[in-house]
This record gives sequence, C-alpha cells and structure tokens, in this order.
Amino acid sequence: MLRVENLQLTLNGKSIINDLSLHVNKGEIHGILGENGTGKTTIAYLIMGVNNYKPTGGRMIFEDENIADLSVSQRAKKGITLAWQEPAKIEGLTVRDYLKLGGNNFGIEQVRYYLGTVGMDPAQYLDRDIDSTLSGGERKRIELASVLAMQPKLAILDEPDSGIDIVSLPFIMNGIVEMNRRGSSVLLITHNEKVVEIAHRVSVLCAGRILMTGAPAEMSQWFKDNCRKCLHINVPEY
Amino acid sequence: MISYSVTKEYQGMVDAYEKAGGDRSALLNKEVAKLVVHGNKVLSADGVSGIKIETKETKTGVNIYFLVKEGAKIKHPVHLCFGVLPQEGLQEIILKVNAQDNSEINVIAHCIFPNAVKVIHKMDADIEIGNNARFNYRETHYHGEFGGIEVIPKAKIKVGKGGVWQSTFVLTQGLVGKLDYDFEVFCQEKAVAELVVKAYGKKDDDIRVWEKIHLDGMGARGLARARLVLTDRAKGEVRGETYGNAPYARGHVDCIELVNGKEAVARAIPIVSVTNEKAKVTHEAAIGSIDKKQVETLMARGLDENEAVDVIVRGILR
Repeated sequence: MLRVENLQLTLNGKSIINDLSLHVNKGEIHGILGENGTGKTTIAYLIMGVNNYKPTGGRMIFEDENIADLSVSQRAKKGITLAWQEPAKIEGLTVRDYLKLGGNNFGIEQVRYYLGTVGMDPAQYLDRDIDSTLSGGERKRIELASVLAMQPKLAILDEPDSGIDIVSLPFIMNGIVEMNRRGSSVLLITHNEKVVEIAHRVSVLCAGRILMTGAPAEMSQWFKDNCRKCLHINVPEY
Repeated sequence: MISYSVTKEYQGMVDAYEKAGGDRSALLNKEVAKLVVHGNKVLSADGVSGIKIETKETKTGVNIYFLVKEGAKIKHPVHLCFGVLPQEGLQEIILKVNAQDNSEINVIAHCIFPNAVKVIHKMDADIEIGNNARFNYRETHYHGEFGGIEVIPKAKIKVGKGGVWQSTFVLTQGLVGKLDYDFEVFCQEKAVAELVVKAYGKKDDDIRVWEKIHLDGMGARGLARARLVLTDRAKGEVRGETYGNAPYARGHVDCIELVNGKEAVARAIPIVSVTNEKAKVTHEAAIGSIDKKQVETLMARGLDENEAVDVIVRGILR
C-alpha cells in the first residue's frame, strides 16, 4: 500500500531522514519504534505532507502513485490521514463536527460509536469544543476517534500513547485495533515497545534510518537492548 | 434609491429579519414581547406580563424605556428588531433599561441594514440590572455587501448585588463598515458581567471594540471577550479593560484576532488593573495569522485549504 524508498530530508544542511525505506502492506499495523529525536514525527509529516516538509530525495508511493507533490488535502482524499502527537485546539469546533469532517455521511449514532470506542462518553463530549478546555489526553482520544470516523486507507498515528494515562491506554489500543479491523492500514509510530505489541510488523528507527524490520517481540527486545542506552538522535534544528 | 411606503415597512422589516436569521414566528406570537423599529418609526411594540415597553419617536430615531418588573421571570426571549432598509438613513436609539430586583430575561436583538450605502446606526444605552436580576442580551447584525454603514453602540451598565449581565454582540454577516463598540459595566458585590464581541472584517472594514468592566463589589466577576477575524484591508482594534477594585473580585480579558490577508491590521490593548490586594485580574491576547497546524489538521481530514480556513473562522466567530 505504501512504499517509501530511499527517502531523504535535509534541513539547514543537516540530514534528518537518511535513505529511509519502508513498506506498509494493505491491512497491516506497522509499528515504527524509535527513541526521541530519531525522526519519528518527521516521517509522519513527510508522508502526510504537513509542516512544509518535502523530501529532498527518494520516493513515497501510495497505491502505485508518487504522492510527494500532492497537497495535504489531496493525500487525505486518497485515503491517508494523520493523528498528531499534539492535536490542534480549534475554538468553536465541536467534537461532533470534528468527527464528521472526514466526509463519510454517517449519523450521530456512528459518532457516538467512535467516541465510545476510545472510551469517551458521548453525552459528555459531543458538544464540547476541541479547544483548551479539554485535557491533552482527551484531545488525543478525540483525535483517534476522528481518524476512526474517517475510515482511511492508511492512518499515520504519531505517538498515540503519549500523554495518555494508564487507565485510558487500553481504549487507545482498542481504537487502533478496531481501526485496523475495519480495514485501515496503520503506521503506528511510538517509542513505547509495549504499544507495538498489537502490530503485525515493527521497524526500528535510528537517526532517520530504518535499521531493521521484523516481528514485534523480536524488534521490541532488540530496541530495549540497544536503543535505550544509545544516543543516536537526529533532531531538526528549528 | 430604494423607497418604501409605510404600509410595506413592517413587511419589509419582517422579511429582512427572517433573512438575517430571526424567527419570523416570534414576531407573530402574542406571548412574546417584541419591538420593531424602522428608522425613526416604531412599527410594533408589544409587552407581556412583567415587561413594560415605552417608546417615543424622535426626528432621528426612537427613545425606548424598557422595564422588567421586580421578580418577573420572562418565559420567552424578547425580540427586538432595529433597521434601516433604504440605502441612506440615520437611526439613533436612546435606550433606558431597568431590570428590577430578582427579574430574569433574555433579549434577542437583530439589527438589519441590508442595503446600506450611507447609514448611521447609533445606540446609546443606560442599563440598570437590579439585585439578583439576570439579563442576557444578544445583538446580531445583518449588513449588506456595500459597507456604507457606521454602527456606534454605546452602553453603560450597572449591575446590582448578585446580578448578572451577559451580552453578546455579533457582526459577521455582510460588511461591517465602521464599528465603534463601547460597553462599560460596573459590578457591585457578587455581580457578574460578561461582554462578548464577535466581528468579521472584510475589504475596508474598520472595527473598534472597547470593553470595560469595573469590579467594584466584593466577589464580583467579569469577563471581557473579543473575537475578530480580519481579511483584505480590514482593520481591527480591541481594547479590553478590567479593574479589580474590591476583595475577591475576579476578572479576565480574553482577545483573539485572526488576520487572514497581507493588508489586514489587528491591534489589541488589554488593560488590567487592580486596586485591592485581594482582587485578581488576568488577560490573554492572541493576534496573528490563522494557525497553520489547525489548517493542516483539517486538511488531513480531506478539506481543502479554503474549506479548512472557513471552518476555523466560523469556529472563532460561533
């Protein structure tokens, strides 16, 4: 479904993404496991085309089409979407309306269902704005519910577990599994090896490059043994 | 020049009122108090039990005395409709409001100027909210696309002990023209004041908003909020002032101005002042272009850029 080939991103003369190649198969949850500063969010931004990130080399092929020159909207209309690590706050936009933005013509019962899937009481949240009156964890769960509602072909989830309390984490995981069960492929980006237990395959990221790809248990163990104590980081300087 | 016969004025105002989002049936409902003023003519003035509305036509407008009797809880919102339908005109509204102790009322005002090329609409209000009374006032403007209108609403509001004043002024349809909004509230003990202004400036619109809240009584609370969106060459200036003059008074000034265009100009001048050591007043102001992350968040759900901006603007002005 998604083939990233020899992707490069250089910012201010510094190589951020370095010859990165990655395949996400149709129907797959593909985990990317990397420490802070290894380029996880940059990959998400490059595939979605946000934050003015444009590859300086390589290709991103989605369903046999190079998407590098497409706008964010065009990519979304092809079925790609992103759940941000820190979701935006938008005053005056209700949870109800945010979940219905994805263009699927569904009713309020579906909206309730998606909120329930991530453990949120619809009666409490439907008419609230997605603004600063919600906690970070609440916004993250709403972000995931909105991706669920969009029913994308490929969902890029940038650290869906960060800022989530231990009680809410199972709801996040449930939402991801449900998303996949409903037909979405998932690129699950995280630094938490527990989270990628639900993935079919996992790639380990280091300094803007995929080091290896394999079974979740094997990759998690390798990550714990090697990456936790390593200082290979690659942080954009702006 | 459009001309209107007197017999058609009421129908014209009702039609324009409905087009501006007003509830036509409310103007026909005998249980609903209402006042319809076109230029300097009072076309309809109906009170209900607990409310007294007196009007006097002047050369340039109407003097209005609006009384809500002590203890009256008015079931249905009162509908006010002011407007000038021809291209040119002057409408000066002198409004005196007395909401007596323990009364409760919601007032919805629609101000309609769909054809204005050279129109001035002024309102000078003197408002007294009694002890433990609640007054909610929402004023929505509907302007046409010519921009030839000057709107000058000014009000001085005194809120008695435990009383509540909430007002929302909305000017988002059509061109603003020139807006000079000036509301000042004085709050006694445990009184609450909330001033909200929302305006959408386009082309050469010129918007000035001045919200002042004096928290003079112990435990009084105030919120001065403004939301402006400015495009093209529109200018906006918001001055939000809150004065904490009594123990445990709490106030907040909150201003967001979005600039969507290279020639639009936004200014914010928050003034927070405390003269009592136990009072606390805070402010926040955000001025700038529309947040790119917000736009991209919505684009990632399939909206194109213009649609995303529209959702954000509508949200801010909702």
